[in-house]
Amino acid sequence: MSARMSVIVGLVALVALALVPADLTGLGLPYPGLKRYGTYILTLWLVTAIAAMGVNLIVGYAGQETLAQAAFVGIGAYLTAIAGKHGVPFGLSFVLSGLATFVIGIALGFPALRVQKHYLAFVTLAFSVLCWLVFRNETAVTGGVMGLRDIERPFVFSFQLRRALHFYWFVLVIAALMTVVLWWIVRSPWGRAFTALRENPLRAESLGVDVRLYTLLAFALGSAYGGMAGSLYAPLVEFIDPSPFALGPSLLFMLMVVVGGSGAFLGPFVGAGVAVLLPEWLRAWETWYLLIYGVLVMIMMALAPGGLVGLVEFLVRRRKAQP
Amino acid sequence: MTDLLQLVIAGLATGGIYALAAIGFTLLWQTSQTINFAQGEFVMVPAFFSLAAMKLGLPFLPALLVAVLVSMLLLGVAFRYVVVGPLLHRGVLPLVISTIALSIILKETVKDFYSAEAQVFPTLLPDRVVTLLPGVAVSLAQIGVLAVSLVTIGGLQWFLGGTRTGRQMQATAQNPGVARILGVPVERMILYTFVINAGLAAMASILISPIYLAKFSNGETLGLVAFVAAIVGGFNQVRGAIAGGLLIGVLDNLAASYVSTAYRQAIPLILLVLVILFRPQGLLGRREERAV
Repeated sequence: MSARMSVIVGLVALVALALVPADLTGLGLPYPGLKRYGTYILTLWLVTAIAAMGVNLIVGYAGQETLAQAAFVGIGAYLTAIAGKHGVPFGLSFVLSGLATFVIGIALGFPALRVQKHYLAFVTLAFSVLCWLVFRNETAVTGGVMGLRDIERPFVFSFQLRRALHFYWFVLVIAALMTVVLWWIVRSPWGRAFTALRENPLRAESLGVDVRLYTLLAFALGSAYGGMAGSLYAPLVEFIDPSPFALGPSLLFMLMVVVGGSGAFLGPFVGAGVAVLLPEWLRAWETWYLLIYGVLVMIMMALAPGGLVGLVEFLVRRRKAQP
Repeated sequence: MTDLLQLVIAGLATGGIYALAAIGFTLLWQTSQTINFAQGEFVMVPAFFSLAAMKLGLPFLPALLVAVLVSMLLLGVAFRYVVVGPLLHRGVLPLVISTIALSIILKETVKDFYSAEAQVFPTLLPDRVVTLLPGVAVSLAQIGVLAVSLVTIGGLQWFLGGTRTGRQMQATAQNPGVARILGVPVERMILYTFVINAGLAAMASILISPIYLAKFSNGETLGLVAFVAAIVGGFNQVRGAIAGGLLIGVLDNLAASYVSTAYRQAIPLILLVLVILFRPQGLLGRREERAV
């Protein structure tokens, strides 16, 4: 797709997404929009997709494994919640969440990437559990297992985004901006170096790409996306406790990105959609949901390692090949 | 001082179990570049095989034997051919994702089909306290655990170094290409590694379940410990995994009584980060060369 085409498609998608939960009966259209809960699920999808975009940058573009994205989301969420209690405006804590997780990403990635390929996975695994221990045990700061409640929704000028729909639009605008930034990054010379890296790290290195620096920046940036997603997550759910930031959810982030299609730009949105919507659809089989998901992922790895986006691309190409 | 000695012995007992899990993890990595993210669940599941066998009316010891055999079949042979086989040529990421999915499947299967509650598991030796030295009292069960794991590790070391098949397995681990040229049946050696891994995991399961109770979520901690032990000791060495396992066991026990129970889990993780910072090849490991 050409750049101009992508921009048009992106804008159409943005307008469509903005209208999905809106009540259009006032405009004379027979569409009542989504209820409060539907809007909440849609917002959760966007927040999850932002964090998943970060994972995709790390996994799909830089070819590393991160097992701590939920922990980074947690850092952003706790930072925003605690700062909010002390009267820090949302905009500032959002930026701080991104910066803090970026710096932590550098600090974790620097030693891990000196060594072998999979050491980043092990370091993030350890970090993930350490974060969870801190969230759970430092009761004075994080509220421990009781969590933090009554997290304030952000203000835009002097207007507080109390209604689900208003907050959804707010998250949509931020998600759109972050998508554009990432899109620009993976298309810049910097982003193309990633592709070279993933395809053949040693050749990329011999062509003068500083493999370690690029991978490190990709990891830090991907983690920062997690932190900023967390910053949006806290005011969305208005109550946080340690459980969504444990190791299990971090592993689910990895599955999500691969199910969507790692290295495909739209993969995280598809993967996050499956991860957020599947439990809603399978509500009747609540206890079975993870089991079914696990089996589907395994089958998918064997048959379609390119994920859902890869599968669709393959089917489209095949249809084109035989008219 | 006697307290310390008591803690160290108790730590060595759990450490021996961690070593069993860590050795299997290292073996899989060496022979087939499989990072098994379901290793913790591999240690969790066999206890439920023997509980199920006992429910069907088998006595304790035959039930343990059944658990080991079923583990070798399902977590060894079936894991090799159904899960790892189709993905080996696809690179590491699909395999990592698939083993993560497998860990979820095993955990949820035990929870949904057996029980979500922790199950009492019988001990091999009675939990009677004996006095080794004046003032140093340890339980017979702990000594039993340590003895069984050391005998298992010793047997494995003898097998790997002292038998023809064992040496062929080592050759496969070090260089599959050359091993194949020298006539080593590489495919069969890889299968043996998977079966041995499952057997070691089953042993670890039988030994640890009386201590921690058998529960579907046990794999999370056990898997983490197996990772940490393998990396701290040296990812590419069996003896590294043994040393790593024992070290983590002792540290874990000392941390529980001298640091805090809340941050007990953090000590091995901090050790992991320190090792990666200052001695990335592991305490006993050797550096790996990269080839273009």
